[in-house]
Amino acid sequence: MNLAKYVKVFDIGLQNTFVYRWNFLIRSLFGLVPLAGSVLIWRAIFAQRTSNVAGYDYHAMVWYFLLTILVNNLVTPTEDEWQIAADIRDGQMNAFLVKPFNYLGYRISLYGSYRLLYTVFTLAPLAAVVWYFRAYVTLPASAGTWWITALSLAMAGMIQFFIAYSLAMMAFWILEISTIVFILYSFEYFLSGQIFPLDIMPAWMHGALQVLPFTYELFFPISIFLGKVHGAELGRGLAIQAAWLFAMWMIARTMFHRGVRHYQAVGG
Amino acid sequence: MKRYLDIYAIMLRNSVIREMSFKANFILWMAVELLWFFGQIVFIEVMFMYVNTIGDWTKWEVVLLVGTHQLIGQIFQAFFYVNVANIPELVRTGKLDFMLLLPVDSQFAVSTRQFGMDNIINAIVGIAIVIFALVKMHVAPSAWQILMYIVAVGFGVAVHYSIMFSLVTLSFWIVRAQGLVFGYYNLFNIARYPDSIFGKGLFRFIFSWIIPVIVVANIPARLLGRVLDPPLPLLGQLAGAAILSVALSRAFWHFALRRYSSASS
Repeated sequence: MNLAKYVKVFDIGLQNTFVYRWNFLIRSLFGLVPLAGSVLIWRAIFAQRTSNVAGYDYHAMVWYFLLTILVNNLVTPTEDEWQIAADIRDGQMNAFLVKPFNYLGYRISLYGSYRLLYTVFTLAPLAAVVWYFRAYVTLPASAGTWWITALSLAMAGMIQFFIAYSLAMMAFWILEISTIVFILYSFEYFLSGQIFPLDIMPAWMHGALQVLPFTYELFFPISIFLGKVHGAELGRGLAIQAAWLFAMWMIARTMFHRGVRHYQAVGG
Repeated sequence: MKRYLDIYAIMLRNSVIREMSFKANFILWMAVELLWFFGQIVFIEVMFMYVNTIGDWTKWEVVLLVGTHQLIGQIFQAFFYVNVANIPELVRTGKLDFMLLLPVDSQFAVSTRQFGMDNIINAIVGIAIVIFALVKMHVAPSAWQILMYIVAVGFGVAVHYSIMFSLVTLSFWIVRAQGLVFGYYNLFNIARYPDSIFGKGLFRFIFSWIIPVIVVANIPARLLGRVLDPPLPLLGQLAGAAILSVALSRAFWHFALRRYSSASS
C-alpha cells in the first residue's frame, strides 16, 4: 500500500481548492441567513411557551443550530458528486483506469483536502456568530465525550461521502444525475436534523428514523456532543452508524466496479 | 414589445418540445419539489405540536404562507430560474458574447431562453394548498382580495427574479460562482416564515427593504387570508420593493456588462 501518492493528491487538492476561497466565504455568509431564520422562529416559539420543547430550551436550541453549521462545514461534501459525475461523463476517468491508482482513494483524499480548507475559510464568520451567542455555548465535561463525538463525526463524514460517491456513480448509466441527487438532498435536509432536532418529533417518527442512515449524517454526532445519548443507547447508535458506514462503502465499491464494466470512455 | 412577445412565444414552444422529450426527468423533478413541499408541511406540523400560534399567525395561516411561497417560487422558476442560473457559466466560458450580439435586449436574451413545465405543475400544487388552507381557516376571500393577491404574486415573482439576477451578476467578478446560486436558496429560505418573528430591528429592515425577501410571500398571504390587515399599504410596500429591486438589478447588470471583457477565444 503506497500511501505517499494519496498524500500528494491531498496536497494537490489543497492547492486547487484554494481558488475557491471566495466561493467558500460567500457560501458561508449566505448560510447565516437560514441560521438567523431558525433562531428567530424558535425565539417566537419559545416566547409563547412557559416550558421547554422536548428537553430543549431556547439557548440549547440556538446552540444546536450553530453545531449543525459547524458539522456541515466539517463533513458535508459540497462539490464532490458533481466533479465525479463530470469525470465519468467527459471521459476523464480513462486517465485513472490506466494508472495504478484507486479512484475511491483518490476521491477520499480530495474530499479530505476540500473539507479542511472549507472549514478553515469559513471559520471566521462562524466564530463571530458563536462569539455573539457565547452565553448559549455548553461544552461536554468529559474528555471521553469529545473522543466519541470525533469518532461519530468521522463516520458521519464517510457515510455522507460514500452516498455522494455512489450517487455520482449513476453517471455511468445515465447522463443527468441532478434529479437523483436532489431527491436524496431533500431526504437529507429533512431527515438528518438540518431544520430541527429530530427528537422533538413524535416518538414513533424519531424511532423510525433511527434505522435510516440520515440520522447518522448529522443529528447523531451532535446529540452525542450535547450529552443526549448515553450507555446502551449510545452503543446501539454507534453500532448502527458503523453498519451504515460499512453498507455505504460496499455500495460505493460495487457501483464503481459495475460502472467501469459498463463504461464506454466517451470523449477524454 | 410585440416583437419580444413573438420571440418569447417561439422560445416557449421550443422549451415545451424539449421538455416533453425527457419525460422521465420531468416527472422526477416534480417528485423532488413535491417531496420538498411535503417536508415543509411536516416542519409546520412539528412546530405547532408545541405552540398554537407563532407570533400572531395560526397554523393554517402559516400553511397559506408556505403555499404562497411555493406558488411564487415555482412561477419564478418556470420562467427564469434555469436561464438565470446559467449566467455564471455563460460568463466563465465567454458564450455570453453570442447573447450580447443578438438584436434584442441583453437582459431579455439571458433571462428567457428556457421554460420549466414541471414548475407550472408545482405552482398548481401551491394553489391547491392555498385553497385548502383557506377552507381550514373558514375564510372566503372577495374577488377584490383575489385580484390583489394575483397582483401581489406577480410583484413577488419580480422580487425573486431581481435578487437572483443581481446575485449571478456578481459572477462577472467572481469566477467560481456556484456559491451564488446557492445564495438564492439561502436568502429565500426565510421567505416562508411569518414576518412577525423578525421583530423590529435591523434584520427586519434589511430583509424588508434592501433585500426584500421577508415581504415577498408574507404580503400576498396577508392580503388573501387576513381580512383585518389594511390591504393598500401592504400592496404598496410590495410594489415599491419590486420596482426598486428590478430597477437596481437592471442597473447592476449594465454596470457589470461595461466591465465585461469576454473570456477564452
